[in-house]
Amino acid sequence: MSLIEVEDLSVRYGARTVLSRVSMHIEPGEIVTIVGPNGSGKTSLLRAIIGAVKPAQGRVSQGGGVKIGYVPQKLHIDGTLPITVTRFLKLPSGAAAKQIEQALTQAGVPDLAKSQLSQLSGGQFQRVLLARALIGTPDVLLLDEATQGLDQRGSASFYQQIEQVRQATGCAVLMISHELHVVMSASDRVICLNGHVCCEGTPAVVASAPEYRALFGTGTGGALALYRHEHDHGHDHDHDNCDHTHTEAAE
Amino acid sequence: MLDDFMVRASLAGIGVAVAAAPLGCFVVWRRMAYFGDATAHAAILGVALSLALSMSIFVGALTIALLMALTVSLLSGRGYAMDTLLGVLAHSALAFGLVAVSFLTGVRIDLMAYLFGDILAVSVGDLGVIWAGAGLVVALIGWRWSALLTSTLNEDLAYASGIDPKREQLVLTFALAITVAVAIKVVGVLLIAAMLIIPAAAARPLSRTPEGMAIAAGIIGILSAIVGLRAAYVFDTPAAPTIVCVAAVTFLTTSLIRGVKLVR
Repeated sequence: MSLIEVEDLSVRYGARTVLSRVSMHIEPGEIVTIVGPNGSGKTSLLRAIIGAVKPAQGRVSQGGGVKIGYVPQKLHIDGTLPITVTRFLKLPSGAAAKQIEQALTQAGVPDLAKSQLSQLSGGQFQRVLLARALIGTPDVLLLDEATQGLDQRGSASFYQQIEQVRQATGCAVLMISHELHVVMSASDRVICLNGHVCCEGTPAVVASAPEYRALFGTGTGGALALYRHEHDHGHDHDHDNCDHTHTEAAE
Repeated sequence: MLDDFMVRASLAGIGVAVAAAPLGCFVVWRRMAYFGDATAHAAILGVALSLALSMSIFVGALTIALLMALTVSLLSGRGYAMDTLLGVLAHSALAFGLVAVSFLTGVRIDLMAYLFGDILAVSVGDLGVIWAGAGLVVALIGWRWSALLTSTLNEDLAYASGIDPKREQLVLTFALAITVAVAIKVVGVLLIAAMLIIPAAAARPLSRTPEGMAIAAGIIGILSAIVGLRAAYVFDTPAAPTIVCVAAVTFLTTSLIRGVKLVR
């Protein structure tokens, strides 16, 4: 049985349909990435999975006893709210000191337990959010643009952390990202979303799919190649019908 | 002991401070200050209605405050910005309330008593209502504390933990309506928001955890009530505004302490 099964899901906000008849599933241990342009319904899909939006049609089901760890896109802590990392990790239902220590270590920030949440840097904050999602050893981690606001090095090291967590705990990962080149090379499967599922498959399959190229241009195919092995770098030189923005800017 | 009006006034002030402390923290964290204000303003309409129908002021104020809070909760996010909506509803309710009071023939009521409170006239029965209301508010917030805190931090985080943030918002709304209804007699509708916000804000620099802030706010609120009443007696000043002044001075002091700490 899949950890999460989305069947024929449609989501509407008022008269606007943001997702139409989306089906997908997540199997134990795999990393699945959702890519798609702004307004393509990526976040709505994730919010439907955690139950924050009600489906207009279709359904979202979880395997029996499946635990979800959710890492939100951004979390603004109001300066008026004093809260330590430890207290935050105990919300809402409490966690043992040992669990907290373990989660912080897995997330790569073992020394932050006593810090105030409002005083963390962007990278530290994301790791604390990750630690909170890891409490209670989830079967699947959901990450919504978790590296927004981090610089390239920061987000690369964050993704490495995710990979380590997966290796250590064996949990599946479903993430949304706009950083195609970084994410796609680490994923087992990529789902390209634009209100509906445009295409899906291994990173290489998706990157060469016409639907994907129509959305992101062929340039990103090259970006993917940079992070993969040498043998498909023939793509890079195929500039004939390429609307590569960098090339245009240089001319 | 309850025969002494100063004792009754102190107990009334303490009751309101106890209810206002944890609620006020959420009002501050969720930036609902204006929401508290609006609910309180609307309560004046409730006062007018209860005088017209000769029922208990507490029930009238509670009903209107609750209706107001629910209306705002339902309408928010549908076209108008929250502060516009609150401004329209709160001040219309206040205006209608004031006009309605003027129609009440034969009843000479002292409107000032409801705008600024009349803590020195608190009866033993009033005390019962205030403490029952305060107890209910503290119990309600204590019961929902973790869920409320999670929803305050992030709504999606709450959903992912199986908490419905909309339901928690209703809990706060309900607690706010009760607090407004019991506090009318003590500080009046114009100063209720002050008792919610100022002790919580004064407690902020002294706290490291949400629970610590709620307790510190409670202590500051209680001290403000006791010291304020004593000062009002000594200097012959209006009681409720004096209580709020003491809270404001406390806020200034803790802010300065924080400032000094930061400079060092």
